[in-house]
Amino acid sequence: MGLLDLFRRSTPSASVAKERLRIIVAQERSQRGGPDYLPLLRRELLEVIRKYVNVDPDAIQINLEREEGQEVLEFSVALPEKPRPQGA
Amino acid sequence: MSEIIVVTSGKGGVGKTTTSASLACGLARKGKKVAVIDFDIGLRNLDLVMGCERRVVYDFVNVIQGDCTLKQALIRDKRLENLSVLAASQTRDKDALTSEGVKKVLDELAADGFDYVICDSPAGIEKGAHLAMYYADRAVVVVNPEVSSVRDSDRILGLLASKTAKAEAGGSRVQEHLLLTRYSPRRVAAGEMMSVEDVKEILGLDVIGVIPESPDVLSASNAGTPVILNDGSDVAAAYEDAVSRLLGEQRPLRFVTEPRKGFFARMFGG
Repeated sequence: MGLLDLFRRSTPSASVAKERLRIIVAQERSQRGGPDYLPLLRRELLEVIRKYVNVDPDAIQINLEREEGQEVLEFSVALPEKPRPQGA
Repeated sequence: MSEIIVVTSGKGGVGKTTTSASLACGLARKGKKVAVIDFDIGLRNLDLVMGCERRVVYDFVNVIQGDCTLKQALIRDKRLENLSVLAASQTRDKDALTSEGVKKVLDELAADGFDYVICDSPAGIEKGAHLAMYYADRAVVVVNPEVSSVRDSDRILGLLASKTAKAEAGGSRVQEHLLLTRYSPRRVAAGEMMSVEDVKEILGLDVIGVIPESPDVLSASNAGTPVILNDGSDVAAAYEDAVSRLLGEQRPLRFVTEPRKGFFARMFGG
């Protein structure tokens, strides 16, 4: 380590790790116990949407929620900001 | 009735076998009758870490297939008389380990008066790992404070909550604990490594032990002496604490803060 490094303050990588893990673990937990077809469904929906709008793979959220005996498949797509912002 | 403890992690190389060997020795040193079983079929390694590799005559699969009795296959530890090792088979046949076979061996150990059975799980989430955790009463999830290890541990926690005999029967669940290994208080203080609190918060589990990063772990496995027996080492003391906590004792975590700050660290805030 050079002397100059002592004066350089970098972003603490541990907090980056923690934040990334917090998100991915929450996402994986929400999918856990759900039907095995969810990842495939997500991929196929993404392909269909991409025929019309160029969206990021992580712009699609699929959640399966169980409420009072029924299951709700919640699906949201964040569209890119161009040409003007639109809700999903 | 014996208590079955699986030592698992998902990710490889985080210290499952080192932990299994040390927990088994620690419990045996406290007077418990302990068996430690290597579930890594095809990749036997616990025998090396325990230092009994040249005394393996029969293995886990031999017992299951009826080639020998359980008594013949159990290797008595030379240091601790109430500790026995059951080696993994070197077979390449993945179906050699069966759920019924594992149950038979565990039942026989219980009938023979073993207080604890430590199941050293292989890495991954395949059959060996599944069978290692299936009959467990408790699980020690070994985790490094590093992204892939933490994520894999969470996956293992999901399996412990759904793919075990306890989970399938409903009612009770496998009691889970975290054990952090390769912990570097210096790097945590520098913001380069996630802290115990960070990992605890992400995984939502209590911590049964924090093992500091140390060259003692490699020298212990080089010598075939479980590191907990290396008296005077911080690693040994940390494992000893974990064993006491397994037995229900309350002990504060040690070796989680930097011993003292150097001049530069103090000047520049580390």
